[in-house]
Amino acid sequence: MEFPIFRPVADHAVLVEFGEDITDDAHAHVLNLDRALSSAPFTGFKEAIPAFVNLLVDFDPLLTDHSTVETALRHLMRLPASEQSQSQHREVLVCYEDLFAKDLAAIAHHTGLSQEAVINAHLAGDYKIYMYGFAPGYAYMAGTPKSIQLARKPSPVRGIEAGSVIIAGAQCLVTTLTMPTGWWVLGRSPTRILTDNPHQPFLFDVGDHITFRRISLAEYEAAKAQ
Amino acid sequence: MVEAVFNIIHAGPLVSVQDLGRPNLMRYGVPRSGPMDQKSFAIANAALGNAANSPCIELSTAGLSLECIKGAVTLAVVGGGFIVEAGDQRLGSWTVLTVKAGQKLTIKPGPWGSWSYLAFAGQLDATPWLGSAATHSQSGQGGGKLVSGGQIVVQSAKILPNCEGTIPCPVWARPRHEIHIVAGPQDRFFDEAAFDALLRQPFRLTDAYDRMGVRLRGPSLIPKAALSIPSEAILRGSIQVSGDGTATVLLADHQTTGGYPKIATIIADDVDGFCQNRPHDEVRFKSILPQAAVELTRRRANAMAVYLSGLERRRQEHK
Repeated sequence: MEFPIFRPVADHAVLVEFGEDITDDAHAHVLNLDRALSSAPFTGFKEAIPAFVNLLVDFDPLLTDHSTVETALRHLMRLPASEQSQSQHREVLVCYEDLFAKDLAAIAHHTGLSQEAVINAHLAGDYKIYMYGFAPGYAYMAGTPKSIQLARKPSPVRGIEAGSVIIAGAQCLVTTLTMPTGWWVLGRSPTRILTDNPHQPFLFDVGDHITFRRISLAEYEAAKAQ
Repeated sequence: MVEAVFNIIHAGPLVSVQDLGRPNLMRYGVPRSGPMDQKSFAIANAALGNAANSPCIELSTAGLSLECIKGAVTLAVVGGGFIVEAGDQRLGSWTVLTVKAGQKLTIKPGPWGSWSYLAFAGQLDATPWLGSAATHSQSGQGGGKLVSGGQIVVQSAKILPNCEGTIPCPVWARPRHEIHIVAGPQDRFFDEAAFDALLRQPFRLTDAYDRMGVRLRGPSLIPKAALSIPSEAILRGSIQVSGDGTATVLLADHQTTGGYPKIATIIADDVDGFCQNRPHDEVRFKSILPQAAVELTRRRANAMAVYLSGLERRRQEHK
């Protein structure tokens, strides 16, 4: 198949696909088009939603239509990638104390590493935000080192608290709601992803790079109290 | 400041505060939310001359019973064929009336429809979240769900005698049984037999129906292979098919992304009428090309604009 592919969605959107499998190249194309659109939106543009291999572009059908939008997007894709609004680097605090790291022992057991080695491997990862999904503030990151990659648990565990740092395969996520999950719980973060700042309500943008910094229980509590 | 205050005697499930919702945040995992039936919501506000984004109460068939304990306010009940009891009056929805301290207001399901909107001439007190008072059902953020024993406060409550009376219920605000879809974005994962079944056989809504979506009962639409696609954005109106061939239509509070293939997507304007069906009601899907969908949407928007200007003229004439 020749990418990009433009697929019409209902009367009001176009899905622009840059590949079938999750690759850095496909995601880079998603980010470039997303940035180009935000700096030069076409008439009738409503919003764009980036995902792993595609960008959904929603438009107002009273002002434009699918083929006009496709032409506008093809034009944007021919422009040189913008130098501005490059990805940010952000730091997320994480406390690996037993109280929070409910699966640390199990991860150590399954990977054959010591608990300290699991933590060090997690801290060594270079994570990138690929997309948000599931619920407000759920930012899916990839970059979990191979040595601690585990398949999802066979069934979800209920009541995993908001702020949990969880991993599955190459993915990593900081939860914002208390919910059931089949991912492995490695620690807890006091870093607020829903910031309460009206100008930047979510801490990350898709494409941002993330590193984790280890904190003690006392530091966790101090950060939570702020 | 003139206030009208209501005690909530009874509020069933899925009765919540909604405004137009939160656009531009799907990229952060936040669904748009807002009314299940956007046109009825718009008419409820227009009937009172309210701003288009004024928060209203969205009613499910679980109904709502209020008692006005302070002040007086004119209100509109628009959408579905609901029953409105106020003091000793018994009316249908598509009505504007004034309720005063000491009077009860009960709204319950009538002959048809799943959703109705209660708008007030004034400002409904509702806590905004991310710029909107719409309730996000998973987290309860925003204006919130109404609960028995709670209270509703309307600020700057006005009495508008010129608005009172019944308002016409246009035929396009009734439940829609023929639903226009555009194939895709993952139609290529389904064979001709699945498409034939989608277009030729009826589907019924099931009881698995809430603000996030509704599961359908009908022929199985099994994808060609066990497929997993990388998670991607979903829209209101997506017809998502799970591995066992069951179709689900995603609605106002849908998750923003998912990995199930979408065989087709309902055009935005038909989602309102689709939502006004009740569980076990039958729908049939009709596939149209994208350009025809855009043209249909423009004709429908025109009909809505004509209706709204008629409503506004009536309001002015009665002054």
